[in-house]
Amino acid sequence: MSTEVLLVEDSPGDVRLTQEAFRDASSSIHVSVACDGVEAMSFLRREGAYANAPRPDFILLDLNLPKMDGREVLALIKADASLRTIPTVVLTTSAAEADITKSYQLQVNCYLSKPAQWDEFAGLVRNIVDFWLTKVKLPQQGVCE
Amino acid sequence: MKIVQGKNVLTDVLLVEDSPGDVRLTQEAFRDANGSVNLHVATDGADAMAFLRRQGTHFDAPRPDLILLDLNLPKMDGREVLAHIKEDFILKTIPTVILTTSDAESDIIKSYQLQANCYLNKPVELDEFENLVRSINDFWLTKATLPQQRTNLAN
Repeated sequence: MSTEVLLVEDSPGDVRLTQEAFRDASSSIHVSVACDGVEAMSFLRREGAYANAPRPDFILLDLNLPKMDGREVLALIKADASLRTIPTVVLTTSAAEADITKSYQLQVNCYLSKPAQWDEFAGLVRNIVDFWLTKVKLPQQGVCE
Repeated sequence: MKIVQGKNVLTDVLLVEDSPGDVRLTQEAFRDANGSVNLHVATDGADAMAFLRRQGTHFDAPRPDLILLDLNLPKMDGREVLAHIKEDFILKTIPTVILTTSDAESDIIKSYQLQANCYLNKPVELDEFENLVRSINDFWLTKATLPQQRTNLAN
């Protein structure tokens, strides 16, 4: 059974690096990509072209995104009784204390800073897989719908 | 975190756990994993809330950087403690990790609904338990970016 991850990220380079790092870390992870906040919400709400989108087990969310930014996406996820149980981890280059505090106030599950170096970035994705997708008990899909 | 001589040297972790054996194992595992963790223990839910609200004998308690919370506790259970933490504007930003023997789906869902930051099952085997505490330390206290205390209204 594969684990569904939704990656919300607008940088094609970071999307590719994250996909490769997930692929190297585990073959049982399926990564879907939304390139902006509006697309992420359509995916999660199964609107339009996303009518058959899977419910993600885990969301990796960048903060600075076109159309609707990550702070707003996070607020919408955590205000939605059905979506709020999906662990949502912010992965961003922003190290601004205001973003960190705001994200935890919005009940992000965890805030991670995106390393600039590729090997560190791959290492962090491996840590995410080892901790969040291996050790952590995620809510089962069926029950939360 | 405490600032001593310009360095972040101490991370305060609040462990809410009623089993003396599990408290001791967790203390030992943290000591082995990270010398700069200052582990505080509350043995029931009411004591945990008094610590977080600095009431009574806890008037000078530090604000924890991370909370490890068991679900089945005397006086006030962990679900109620979690609900209180996440309803409190000042306390809600503290990452709160559920660490419990319960693997009931209803507890998992309920905890995420109440906005637990993550849910972990307490392994029965000693070495697995130590490994899990090391993973918590490595992920939450090394990789994760935690909110700084000073920007918080509590400090």
